[in-house]
Amino acid sequence: MNLLARRKLTNRVALTLSLSAMAFGLFWLAWILWTVLDLGLAGLSLTLFTEMTPPPGAETGGLLNAIVGSLIMVVLATLLGTPIGILAGVYLAEYGRYHWLGSATRFINDLLLSAPSIVIGLFVYAVVVAQTGKFSAWSGVIALALIVLPVVVRTTENMLQLIPNTLREAAFALGAPKSVVISKVTLRAARAGVLTGVLLAVARIAGETAPLLFTALSNQFWTLNLNEPMANLPVTIFKFAMSPFTNWQELAWAGVFLITMGVLILNIVARVFLRAEKLN
Amino acid sequence: MEITDAQIEFKDFNFYYGKFHALKNINFKMARHKCTAFIGPSGCGKSTLLRTINRMYDLYPEQRAEGQLLFDGRNLLGSDIDVSVLRAKIGMVFQKPTPFPMSIYDNIAFGVKLHEKLSSKDMDDRVEWALRKAALWDEVKDKLNQSGMSLSGGQQQRLCIARGIAVKPEVILLDEPTSALDPISTARIEELIDELKAEFTIVIVTHNMQQAARISDYTAYMYLGEMVEFGVTDELFVKPKKKETEDYITGRFG
Repeated sequence: MNLLARRKLTNRVALTLSLSAMAFGLFWLAWILWTVLDLGLAGLSLTLFTEMTPPPGAETGGLLNAIVGSLIMVVLATLLGTPIGILAGVYLAEYGRYHWLGSATRFINDLLLSAPSIVIGLFVYAVVVAQTGKFSAWSGVIALALIVLPVVVRTTENMLQLIPNTLREAAFALGAPKSVVISKVTLRAARAGVLTGVLLAVARIAGETAPLLFTALSNQFWTLNLNEPMANLPVTIFKFAMSPFTNWQELAWAGVFLITMGVLILNIVARVFLRAEKLN
Repeated sequence: MEITDAQIEFKDFNFYYGKFHALKNINFKMARHKCTAFIGPSGCGKSTLLRTINRMYDLYPEQRAEGQLLFDGRNLLGSDIDVSVLRAKIGMVFQKPTPFPMSIYDNIAFGVKLHEKLSSKDMDDRVEWALRKAALWDEVKDKLNQSGMSLSGGQQQRLCIARGIAVKPEVILLDEPTSALDPISTARIEELIDELKAEFTIVIVTHNMQQAARISDYTAYMYLGEMVEFGVTDELFVKPKKKETEDYITGRFG
């Protein structure tokens, strides 16, 4: 067998293997999406968005309190985690790149990034819930913010590192102080990437159950009080899906559908945004 | 050869990257409102030398300079020098165009705002003045609000030159400004450099010996961190004093 034929054969084998690996992965993904669509759409109705979570066996009922609770906690957690994360990412990329404190921060951030979310939930339970003596939406917000934080730190740092050093030098060469170089030039050049990181962090916390289980708990009733337990989609889904009541099970699937769609839309928005920025 | 009106002077100048001795005993003067070119093979230290003039090495803690670097008689290496003020007087253009992620107008205004408070009318005038000086005004006057990144490579490089000029420096440092450009864009930049000499002192690093011969008044040939020969460009290229210089400019090595 000559060299060229062997190369072609190797290429064909590698291609077949990678295609079957892709098919294997896509098969499960498609199955999951199909199940979510199939069972989720069945539970989808207008009352989902207008009525509170019902008692077992009730004829009507929706997820309004859980949807609003999730939105409130996700938004607040993002507002809390993003600025701190961006500042820490800027420190790592622009100030502490070669400093021991930077390396230490980076290492700890990586630990936090890969920490199971149930650990975060238990940590906030011990530090906030046990101290204040009650479950509250605030503790849920803190737990979710702790999940947002390392994601934003990591993406901010990576995106800033992608900015060529000559761009920094060009700004310094005009006599700009470091703060101006970072705020007006490098952070601006990296903004699409940073925003994408934030959107992906939001997508991640939208479906997190474990950190809320020990903090915000859940609530059958409508509340906007952040000092009380607050309903949210993931814990409601967890509770309803495990129950023997058909009306709860249907609502759980509808909730799963909502979260999946939300995450899908966020991902698409992130991609569109990144592409628009690249074309500009 | 005697330079009477020297603006920049290196005296017993040495430069180190950590332990590596990159520039060895540099002694020479650069004339005001003339173009001085640094030539030499890759790694000879010509870019390093250029980057000392605006103290770019300050950004990197492991780099340091010793000796004297005089700018109008004042030692630039001293700790009493405010590098922001210094860099307003000594502008720099890099090998690859480096437009900032903002509009063409803001690219020019960025540097000016750092050092002066201008009314919006004065700023408009300054932006137009700088873009005209850089021979870019006619091409961009109708799209000042467009991103600087949307321009072609040659236009981006002229934008960077305009950005440097807008601050009204006395010296412009050019670090291989045309090596990433096509021949037509290169020719435009060279014409531009020739015009800018009337008002600014130009220092250029180039790999292209024809370019050095075409645009510079004085040329320094560097090799392995030493300044082998420095002289009037026409003499250095026609009748080099040193054998090494002759070998390099005739293409026998490098």
